[in-house]
Amino acid sequence: MREFVLLFRATEAAHREAMGTPARAQQSMQAWLAWMRELEAKGHVKNRGQPLERAGSVVRGKAKVVTDGPYVEAKDLVLGFCVIEARDLAQAVEAASGCPILEGEGSVEIRPVME
Amino acid sequence: MNERLFRRESGRIVAALTRIFGPHNLALAEDVVQDAFCRALEVWKVRGIPDNPSAWLMATAKNRALDIMRRDRTARTFAPEIGRLLESDATLAPVIDEAFAPQAIRDEQLRMMFSCCHPLLPEEAQLALILNILCGFGASEIAGAFLTGRAAIEKRIARGKKVLARGKRLFDLGDAEFAARLATVARALYLLFNEGYHGASAESAVRVELCEEAMRLTALLREHPPAATPATSALAALMCLHVARLPARIDAAGDLSALVDQDRSRWDGRLVAEGLALLESSAAGQEVTPYHVEAAIAAVHAGARTVEDTDWPAIVSLYDRLMDVAPSPVVALNRAIAIGQRDGPDGGLAALHGIADRDRLSHYPFYPAALGELELRRGNREAARRHFRAAMDVARNGAERRFLEKRLQGC
Repeated sequence: MREFVLLFRATEAAHREAMGTPARAQQSMQAWLAWMRELEAKGHVKNRGQPLERAGSVVRGKAKVVTDGPYVEAKDLVLGFCVIEARDLAQAVEAASGCPILEGEGSVEIRPVME
Repeated sequence: MNERLFRRESGRIVAALTRIFGPHNLALAEDVVQDAFCRALEVWKVRGIPDNPSAWLMATAKNRALDIMRRDRTARTFAPEIGRLLESDATLAPVIDEAFAPQAIRDEQLRMMFSCCHPLLPEEAQLALILNILCGFGASEIAGAFLTGRAAIEKRIARGKKVLARGKRLFDLGDAEFAARLATVARALYLLFNEGYHGASAESAVRVELCEEAMRLTALLREHPPAATPATSALAALMCLHVARLPARIDAAGDLSALVDQDRSRWDGRLVAEGLALLESSAAGQEVTPYHVEAAIAAVHAGARTVEDTDWPAIVSLYDRLMDVAPSPVVALNRAIAIGQRDGPDGGLAALHGIADRDRLSHYPFYPAALGELELRRGNREAARRHFRAAMDVARNGAERRFLEKRLQGC
């Protein structure tokens, strides 16, 4: 078994859209919880990750220029992450392809952890 | 997780926030709700659903509101009633805490309900506003329930919110207009319930939710003594007595079942008892509202174990009464059907043909269906078939069409 980090990316607008009305919020929440349960049932989940605030800072360059969030305009904001175990990249991709973020305009980046 | 969680909490949080922000900042309150939902998604999917999800959402919205007030205190005007209290940090947090106390939320929901029933707004706009703000339904769900286009509903909601904003404050429950406005609110809840119970939409799930919401909001009225009038009790009674029949209204095959065909053992006995108790308490005053009469009719049905057992003379005279206080072609139709049960099919047909404005029923499938039913009982199969076919032509959804098809096959 190998470890993979899943990075969930979307725009802030797409994320808010998924929670746009109470009914949609309920659906999105249920879809995420169901997907997490499924990953767990299949023994994929190594670490569920941590919820991340939007607000933060970025330090850049030698001059250590600090810019502050939130990065609402960012094209693909990292919304969160989790760590899974899978046989190989193909199986990790398969596991990720059920992620509800794909129902909107989001993406999941699958990065193998170096051995 | 309760399947209505987000819808319910949306209405409660918006009510609490309106107390602080004022009705002109409804969009801001809705933003806060959406923020809280977004945070819930991030946190719950990692850490699991909290023990008390509604308290979690409330607390999150409260913190967000506090941030906004600190940031926008000088740039924005909030509710005029609490204006001065918002000026200092020391009074800010307690004001917000107070707005989120259960009693305050209940009062604000009531005030919101009264504000949504503003006399400047047509009834359909009042209903759309109540469903959107207090019940957390989106425009497309409301459009689905009323078989109206989404754009039309959005326009109704937007216009309604403009009227709310103009007021700068929600309806004051101590206002001299209270009694008059209460009647409008009761009427809106009655229509909301009817839309759920008899409405045109085929989406049964949404429709049951409309009935539930109408009952929840009526219960809210009953918790506020000045609004807990005999008419409110009668309204609550008629809702209980009708909803009690819902389990039998859809048969084992998932098809509509007429009152006379229902398996009465499937009626909800607890709701019948509650409805009868409410009806009794509604008899306190002098006034007899249409709600009283409709609840009394439902009570007669609830008390009959079989169709034959039903006190049809009592039902006919109650319908006579209803024609006095709230005449309508649909009431006249139901009265004629009851006469058919009391006097036989000839009497029923005569009453049907005697309905003064029966052309207004031309798109209502249950008028030709009633003609068909009575012709069938007279042994007039050909005429019955013709009427059932006419009824099918104006059926509004699949359930009605299947129901009528079965009738047609029985001829």
